[in-house]
Amino acid sequence: MIEIKNLHVKIADEDKMILNGLNLTVKPGEVAAIMGPNGSGKSTLSYVMAGKDDYEVTEGDILLNGESILEMEPDERAAAGLFLAFQYPVEIPGVPTMNFLKAAMNSQRKAHGENELSTPEFIKTVREAAGKLDISMDMLKRSLNTGFSGGEKKRAEILQMALLEPKYCVLDETDSGLDIDALKIVSDGVNALRSPERAFMVITHYQRLLEHIIPDTVHVLYKGRIVETGGKELAQHLEANGYADIIGKAA
Amino acid sequence: MNMLSNIKHTAAEEVLLNQLSESRNNSASGALEMLSERGLPTRKVEPWHYTDLRTLLRGYPHPPSAIQSEFSGESLKEMPDLAQGFTIGFSNTSHLIGAVKDLPEGVTGEVGLAAANTTHEVEIAADTVGLLNSALAENGAVLNVAPGAKVDGAITLAHTCAGGTASVLRHLVTMGEESEALFIERHHSSTIENHENVVCNLKLEKGAKATWVISQELGQATTRLGQFNFDMAEGAELTILVLNAGGKLVRQEIHGRVRGENANLAIKGVNLIGEGAHIDVTTTLSHEVPHTTAEELFRNVVTGHGKGVFQGQIRVAQPAQKTDAQMACNSLLLSDDSDFSAKPELEIFADDVVCAHGATVTDIDEDHLFYMRSRGISERDSRALLIKAFVDEVFEETEPEALGESLIEIIETWLDANA
Repeated sequence: MIEIKNLHVKIADEDKMILNGLNLTVKPGEVAAIMGPNGSGKSTLSYVMAGKDDYEVTEGDILLNGESILEMEPDERAAAGLFLAFQYPVEIPGVPTMNFLKAAMNSQRKAHGENELSTPEFIKTVREAAGKLDISMDMLKRSLNTGFSGGEKKRAEILQMALLEPKYCVLDETDSGLDIDALKIVSDGVNALRSPERAFMVITHYQRLLEHIIPDTVHVLYKGRIVETGGKELAQHLEANGYADIIGKAA
Repeated sequence: MNMLSNIKHTAAEEVLLNQLSESRNNSASGALEMLSERGLPTRKVEPWHYTDLRTLLRGYPHPPSAIQSEFSGESLKEMPDLAQGFTIGFSNTSHLIGAVKDLPEGVTGEVGLAAANTTHEVEIAADTVGLLNSALAENGAVLNVAPGAKVDGAITLAHTCAGGTASVLRHLVTMGEESEALFIERHHSSTIENHENVVCNLKLEKGAKATWVISQELGQATTRLGQFNFDMAEGAELTILVLNAGGKLVRQEIHGRVRGENANLAIKGVNLIGEGAHIDVTTTLSHEVPHTTAEELFRNVVTGHGKGVFQGQIRVAQPAQKTDAQMACNSLLLSDDSDFSAKPELEIFADDVVCAHGATVTDIDEDHLFYMRSRGISERDSRALLIKAFVDEVFEETEPEALGESLIEIIETWLDANA
């Protein structure tokens, strides 16, 4: 279970508050969509959860399975089962994607007290997962995300998610920069990972993604707080009417 | 009388003057005169601006006696090869392994003081490293690759120094027309204050193809003055790979003349500069004829109080139209006290050329680090992967592949211990 309690966040070294008392609970097996207009704090929420140190939590807490993660380093959060699919996956020249995947998988196995994967086991696992996402092994030999198209980057994010098997998945604007075909592949990849043990937070600006990844709950984020919560029909309402009436109601 | 002849000599200069006055090498008098009048170069001498040799060279040891060596021929043999082939090994200045009669097919040569005590036509005139070297050299190899010969395997010139002494050697390699060979210069030393001055000269005749590797893993107190001079005739191809992974004070000079049309040159290097090390790579390339290319790439990692220097000069003479010369020097500073100075210098007298240079100094990208850590990779491991990625790239395309792997292994060992 993901529990975000009264979360207040500001940009480090600045007074500007981004999140102002955000409350949200996502149960195991649940897919929660977080929607909101630009500047509402969606990406900040995902970065704060992953532990980026450009932000400062001034009040409140984030709990995974009842345990606060605020004092944890980003790699400890990952080992605790958190995964952030980045809106803009960074290009890292010189680090072959395969080497990176192996380092990530083995680091997490080590943190869980498991043995490292042998090279044949690793390659077999990656080959299978990559095939489902229409990712070629040639692409994985290239430097991480370097020169990947927008669609390739997002598929690579979902591949990492599939390989690392996190319990708490945060998808930040995963639909941005995707054409319809890529959107379908990425959504299918996410849907395949849905399970009773796994909680998802799907952050998106548009309802489009939610036609492919059907959410259980929809939450509207505005000025750093959840101002409306509902079922999947809330997303359709937003698509038809925009954010204005809900924001107006909240204000 | 020269006004400057009244300078007060430093301790290192006193010792050097003594040794020069006893030397019977041809060029000893020229070196003696230079040192006596001007002393060692200071920061006021342009090519030594970032490496004030006069201040940095605190002392100068005596040359080794024959018996004084911690390295035996055995330890030279045990040194793992960077690439398979034939090794001529020097322990201090003694030639201990690799008899010239056993040189691979197509290669002939001799080793000895007579071979060393000659002026090689490819050397540049009146520079400090070269003058001291030719005046004080005690040994060296002269090798000739026959025209058309494709030498099987690498020819390694291995140097080890120990005993806190000064080893001075000079080598000359001439490659005949259309010949091909791989040469590897290696430098190792014990952990005490040794001094090494090794000059290698390479002459490439028409169409000759060579790879020349300079790999140094000297002990942390050793001073090295090294120089590599080359001369390329028409259609010659040369790849120079430099790996500095040790030493206290290291000056590696590379001076070359591209004198034949359609000659292609590549210089690639990695400088790993640890706590307290000062490593200076200074290159001067001279393009003298039309239609030649040069690519120069250095990647540097500096930690602790390490200091690095890169000076890259490219001169394109007026007739050298259509020269394509690219130079890049990228440095990664891993500590607040680390330092790197880069001085690219283009002197272009031709009007139809493509020449570019770029120098960057960065620290590790925080966004890269965060991304990797968000996948569960520890900060330490993430940093190591990023640093490795930064430098490994330089040797990834190296031929033969085993050589590239050996160089990358040296890098990784250094990074594990220092970064």
